[in-house]
Amino acid sequence: MAAARKQNSYRIAVASGKGGTGKTTVALNLAAMFGEPVQLADCDVEEPNDNLFLRCEQLTPHEVTMLVPEVDPQRCNGCGACGELCQFRGIVSLGSRALVFPELCHGCGGCALVCPTGALTEHPHRIGTISVGQSGTIRLIEGRLEVGVSLVPPVIRAVRDQLLDDVPAILDAPPGTSCPVVATLRESDYLVLVTDPTPFGLHDLKLAVALAKELGLPCGVVVNRAGEDLVGLHSYCQAENLPILLSLPDDRQIAEVTSRGDLVALALPEYGLMFSELATKLKHELAKTGGTP
Amino acid sequence: MSKEHIRELVVLSGKGGTGKTSVTASFALLANKAVLADCDVDAADLHLLLTPIVEQRHAFMSGHEAVIRQQDCSGCGICMDSCRFDAIRREGAVCRIDPVACEGCSVCYRLCPDKAIDFPERVCGEWMVSGTRCGPMVHAQLGVAAENSGKLVTTVREQAWAVAVDKRIPLIISDGPPGIGCPVIASLSGVSLALVVTEPTVSGLHDLQRVLALARHFSVPTAVCVNKWDINPQQTEKIEAAARSAGAAVTGRIRYDRSVTQAQLQQKAVVELDAGAGDDIRVIWKQVTELL
Repeated sequence: MAAARKQNSYRIAVASGKGGTGKTTVALNLAAMFGEPVQLADCDVEEPNDNLFLRCEQLTPHEVTMLVPEVDPQRCNGCGACGELCQFRGIVSLGSRALVFPELCHGCGGCALVCPTGALTEHPHRIGTISVGQSGTIRLIEGRLEVGVSLVPPVIRAVRDQLLDDVPAILDAPPGTSCPVVATLRESDYLVLVTDPTPFGLHDLKLAVALAKELGLPCGVVVNRAGEDLVGLHSYCQAENLPILLSLPDDRQIAEVTSRGDLVALALPEYGLMFSELATKLKHELAKTGGTP
Repeated sequence: MSKEHIRELVVLSGKGGTGKTSVTASFALLANKAVLADCDVDAADLHLLLTPIVEQRHAFMSGHEAVIRQQDCSGCGICMDSCRFDAIRREGAVCRIDPVACEGCSVCYRLCPDKAIDFPERVCGEWMVSGTRCGPMVHAQLGVAAENSGKLVTTVREQAWAVAVDKRIPLIISDGPPGIGCPVIASLSGVSLALVVTEPTVSGLHDLQRVLALARHFSVPTAVCVNKWDINPQQTEKIEAAARSAGAAVTGRIRYDRSVTQAQLQQKAVVELDAGAGDDIRVIWKQVTELL
């Protein structure tokens, strides 16, 4: 999958299906205890939280744009070819002139291609920002969707475009199993699924595992807020042949440290050790599944 | 019943996993009579608490996908060059479309000189109308790796409205998706009130502010409640102050209570158990009904 990239440029995505299971906690603490320089890509562009914990100073943002058509009223004869092509109602022909709805446009460029009078030209339309910063050994790339914009995947693709080719990367995915998650997981080498041992957690883990299978991605599980397993999470993982890479206990201290915006691995040394072990295990898993180390 | 008499409440969060679904299920019971809509079509969980009995099941068709008929492809690569979504790769002498990456824009289908591309409708999931112990429920499941979750949310809401009109039920309560992107916009536009359930963390505050900004953008009135508030009382105060200054009504706090998980295990709403968190949700419900 990642054949075009250099060695040591492997990519580990952290996802979950259900929101709030601890993806960001796992991605951040794993990055902090990775044992070597690493990139952290915050692909939860609707609600990016990684920098609330890393507090990078040098986050110089630049715009992410998408090409959206503009109509030259002089040339448009209202023939309607553009609206007929558009699958997203981003452009319609009303009477004698085409009208663009930028918030519905997907930026495919089709309307400008079919316009017989050359009345449509494409111009960049801001949909979000990308910022790159450095915190210790972590190079953070943050994507941030503009509020009110509905199209998420192009901002995620812009985050992935900023990844360097010679440093391993951890990708913090958005929740769910639809297009934003798919855009994040593309070209990843391994998937860490974070869940909790609740009925919601297990139900949504199953959806995420189905997605991993669909994409042909090897994956392992991190159990957060692990207590008594009342839902059969362990037997499910065993049956699906999913390794449990880490179990974080249901410890109120973790919730408190995280609520303040601090890293558990640094604030509570016993957890630091657990995340170092997670990094080691992941590198073993990557070796087993051919992703590199 | 005419549409003007129907109110619609959506429960949102910005950040995922703050307790939207547990609050929604409790509201469903407290409301006594409401149409329920699960708009978190990506990872729908409300059915795990309300155990619906499905009465109708419909395929959700939305948009199209491009498929190359390999035997007719000359491998010219025009489709590949024109695809803005990087969905087409050369495989040997022909081109192939990755169905997961295909946006369904039709550009390749139009441009192919060999007319070797089909553009069939795409099945993206299914939606259902069900009965529950606290009223009718419309819910859905998006296909794995599927597109168009926003349109599926719109379908769920339209059907919930149809049920409300038909059965003369004056309230719709919907469980919204996390985030601020297309499914959230689809669940939010035109509702009577959005209640945002947040948690007292730095992420909770940050994400709350973005979802409140989105609601403002669509001129939707907002209310806020803080779940697990006692994890960080200071942050709770900060969040409530931020909510007020953003023009949202502060409706209450829910304590950290393991009964919420117990309720999930018993397939119940937390208000059906004798639990402190349930008492807190009752207080919030009262406030919310006044705002509605």
